[in-house]
Amino acid sequence: MTNTLHRFGAPETLQDDYIVFALAARGVNEEGAPAKLQEFLRLALKHNPVNVGNGAKGGVYRASQNLNPLAHWRRTDPLDFKAIVDGIDSCTSVAAVFDTLANCEAFLAELKQADLGVSVNVSALADKAHTCCKTAGIARHSVGYSLGFHGDLNLLPDRHVLELSTMCGHGMVSHNFARKMMDWVKEGRRDPKQAATYMARFCTCGVFNPTRAARILGES
Amino acid sequence: MQVDQDKCVACSNCVPVCPMGAIRIDPTLNRATVNEDECVECFTCYRGMSKEHLNPTLVRTIRGFLKLLRIRFDPEPDVCPTDALTEQTLTWPRMVRRAFSDPLVPHESTGVAGRGTEEVKTNDVTDRVKEGEVGLTIEFGRPGVGVRFRDIQTMSMALAPLPVKFEEKNPVFSLMSDPATGAIRADILNEKVLSAILELQTTPEHVPRLLQVVEQVAGGLNTIVAIGVATRCDAQGENLLEPLLEREGYAGYRAKTNLGLGRRPAAATA
Repeated sequence: MTNTLHRFGAPETLQDDYIVFALAARGVNEEGAPAKLQEFLRLALKHNPVNVGNGAKGGVYRASQNLNPLAHWRRTDPLDFKAIVDGIDSCTSVAAVFDTLANCEAFLAELKQADLGVSVNVSALADKAHTCCKTAGIARHSVGYSLGFHGDLNLLPDRHVLELSTMCGHGMVSHNFARKMMDWVKEGRRDPKQAATYMARFCTCGVFNPTRAARILGES
Repeated sequence: MQVDQDKCVACSNCVPVCPMGAIRIDPTLNRATVNEDECVECFTCYRGMSKEHLNPTLVRTIRGFLKLLRIRFDPEPDVCPTDALTEQTLTWPRMVRRAFSDPLVPHESTGVAGRGTEEVKTNDVTDRVKEGEVGLTIEFGRPGVGVRFRDIQTMSMALAPLPVKFEEKNPVFSLMSDPATGAIRADILNEKVLSAILELQTTPEHVPRLLQVVEQVAGGLNTIVAIGVATRCDAQGENLLEPLLEREGYAGYRAKTNLGLGRRPAAATA
């Protein structure tokens, strides 16, 4: 889940972005992990996540293998959260994305009570994550900080594209597709929510934040 | 990845979807083609696009007619109408591309999917980064640029003589031919992947110098380098790395926080 660490954007553009993910360590506490990870997601679903995913099988937003051609005019892809929970059958990583601090805090408090025994991480603004921990009565164990991008920065696109594409750190949401969605919103061909949904389907871990994406698309 | 030329209708939906920009419409063939040297086998196009399984001849006829009238069809942008994207059997060394680019493929060396690393995500049970240590993750190729192993080797060889320890449970480490020098096996140096992570441990006093070297070397590479630094917190949840980063001028405002809720099984802790 380093894929959630390097999300691009100034702090004020990351206020609605909280990813909580859980995993067991290979060869250490992976026994019985699938049931614990299922419980993690069940608890998450009580706090209105905007996306959830299983790192081994995909997120709740996903491509359709048999799309009805009429979808070009009226597309209804219901989000099957239960299938994501039921589909956890291995020692994978699972994630839930929240768009408010309050929901994230409430989820962490419940996680602490549940005492699942798997590693839980919050990927967000460092001070907000710290606040979440304090509210839940949790002392942080370890922290990994993003120090941003270096190297040949000429290879990077503009900041709005980066804000969108880096929401899938594995790079499944391409810069060109993010740019295309920005253009489509500007041209009035799709609304921000639709454009955000298209992008979310490419993120296989389910850590793309469609709420933040729609906001960025609406503002850019 | 390949495009089935009998099925492709040149709708171009897959062109912007490719993270490496490796797909284009060949104007002579009027079909999508993949630049195999640039393709990193991430399967984004294959897996991420919805499929309709339409008849290619029918679709080409309709598209051709609309084109004659200069009418633009406004399709869903994430659909391959004829299921034309086709996976190919990968052999060594090309299979390295998929291992480092498709997040659903677990790395053989660590058993972990994604980029194959656990970093401090499981530090509460692995104790990978111990008290008084700092872990560095140097990720190459992200976001959306890609990297060849020869660029990774340039960095690993620059870091090897410094006071660092390469993390052994790491996919890049498993491909090093000589960890003492940071050399990576020669047969994969030209392979391109979406991104790869080098992990290493050091102590806080070496962090400023190491970051300086990483930035300096990164400046000469034909890719992007994303740097992450991690540390243990004390019993109150505070750490010494945060003020150090601030002193060094780094804005580490985004972070991944391990809550310490993981537990080792009783047998492992005994």
